[in-house]
Amino acid sequence: MKRRPVLLTAAGVALLPPARATPEAMASAIRSFTGGAPLREGKVQLDVAPLVDNGNTVPVTLSVPGAPPAEVAALALFNERNPLSDVLRVDFGPRAAARSVSTRIRLATSQQLVAVARLADGSCWSQRVEVVVTLAACIE
Amino acid sequence: MARTLITAPSSARRGEAITLRVLLQHPMESGFRVGADGRLLARDIVRRFSCSYNGERVVAVELFPAVAANPYLEFSALALDSGTLDFVWEGDHGFQHREQRTISVT
Repeated sequence: MKRRPVLLTAAGVALLPPARATPEAMASAIRSFTGGAPLREGKVQLDVAPLVDNGNTVPVTLSVPGAPPAEVAALALFNERNPLSDVLRVDFGPRAAARSVSTRIRLATSQQLVAVARLADGSCWSQRVEVVVTLAACIE
Repeated sequence: MARTLITAPSSARRGEAITLRVLLQHPMESGFRVGADGRLLARDIVRRFSCSYNGERVVAVELFPAVAANPYLEFSALALDSGTLDFVWEGDHGFQHREQRTISVT
């Protein structure tokens, strides 16, 4: 057995992408939510602690402060480095009051979270937040 | 039968925004974890949650494996008339759970 092919194979295995989402996968997940509408910064607010002690349960709040409730059709949350880019999608009905939803999520590692709001007029707004995770959610 | 914890007011004033908090006991097994035998644990998550107020939708939520175990949601509804709040969870392997709360609006 020659050493060089063996080493090359080992290097190739090491370079294989890990089983997690990528920024490109997140971008395509966001596109599937926005329907291709351009994403602008602002309007939507994502509240999450910048330093997360435990990635297994991270409280987050998505909201659109300021906008009249009827204007906001849906909210969604995406992540960059969990196995899947999607976290949560919320559609609001006629009986919803404030356009705000809170939940608890898992974070596999330190990464960027993106909150996206789709308004009734079809425009989409986002906010990006970087979070540092000290104890990752167990994905193994 | 799943256990739930639902915080909803039993009475409200007309036009008031009421806060609803729901928690469902569920492992939300992501399908990415490896079990003690070295094999992947089968995915078992709650995929959908919806809340309706007298048949009209409040929210419909699509959940993914990144939602933590025992999925918790907090949202608000507009109290316009007395009636019932319906909470429905649906998930993998035919999981379905339904809860109801009544509310009187004055």
